[in-house]
Amino acid sequence: MKLYIKYDGIVACRVILQEQLERLNIKHKLLDLGEIEISDSVSDESFAELQDSLSRYSIFIVNNEKSQLIQKIKDTLVEMIYENDKLPAITISQYLSEKMNFSYGYLTNIFSDNTHSSIENFIIIQKIERAKKLIIEDELTLTEVSYKLNYSSVAYLSSQFKKVTGLTPSTFKRIVDKRRSLSN
Amino acid sequence: MISHEDSMRILIADDDEDDRTFFSDAMMELKMNNNLTLFNDGKELMDYLANPDIMLPHLLFLDLNMPRKSGFECLKEIRADLRFKDVSIAIYSTSSSEKDIEETFIEGANIYIKKPNDFNKLKKVIKEVLNVNWQFHSSGLNKETFFFSI
Repeated sequence: MKLYIKYDGIVACRVILQEQLERLNIKHKLLDLGEIEISDSVSDESFAELQDSLSRYSIFIVNNEKSQLIQKIKDTLVEMIYENDKLPAITISQYLSEKMNFSYGYLTNIFSDNTHSSIENFIIIQKIERAKKLIIEDELTLTEVSYKLNYSSVAYLSSQFKKVTGLTPSTFKRIVDKRRSLSN
Repeated sequence: MISHEDSMRILIADDDEDDRTFFSDAMMELKMNNNLTLFNDGKELMDYLANPDIMLPHLLFLDLNMPRKSGFECLKEIRADLRFKDVSIAIYSTSSSEKDIEETFIEGANIYIKKPNDFNKLKKVIKEVLNVNWQFHSSGLNKETFFFSI
């Protein structure tokens, strides 16, 4: 005898996940495909058991260290650019490698290979983004903004601003002001 | 995470047939796996966007001078509708007047492209625009102050 079956892989997968998580008493929420939110912390033992039982169904927990590392690089840089009153005087490479305990060469390679961009480019974009905020807030002169963000001169900030946005800082300011007065 | 490997939905409205072909050829040669839809004028584009069942585009290229409905009119209508708040709008025009550029940014455009007349330049420009737009979306930057003129 031959039986013909039809099935829905997604539903099957959700049921398996639910059953296994419940069996191990792990409080959870199934999010969209491929994501589960765990509410409490899970002991190493249950985690290992979960991994083990799911692997029988060819379900694997992705523990992508690379993407976690890239996120950490981004967070560290954003924190450096936004949280400090003035950017640190040491070089970015020194700052990053000290904060993250990896060589800068290793970090740049991982970053470039996985983001279609470079650490340098990411920093430029974030610095200009901060400059935009400061320009809009209108409390500092452009010279003060360039000092705060560690540019060697206003001219250098202006040229980098122009490169990233295609606009001069003053045109940018005028556009934002007009746009705001329009929407009010 | 959105990446270049995911297909980006792109729409373009331009009444000049040569320009449309030129643009889609350039896009094709970039081989960036984009899903491009062409419209002959602003009216055609707005009729399409009016359908609530469509998948919203990531990026929209608008020619400024079109019959029936100009790019500028489309821009205003689209920005007045919150449904399209996450759509980036790129103005694609032969005009390089500072006034036109500023005016479109004030009305809510994100990108202003002076139409290049050389095919290789156009390819370079499109690549740059897609890259900048992607950076903007993937890095959580403020969309209200996203302007890029090239």
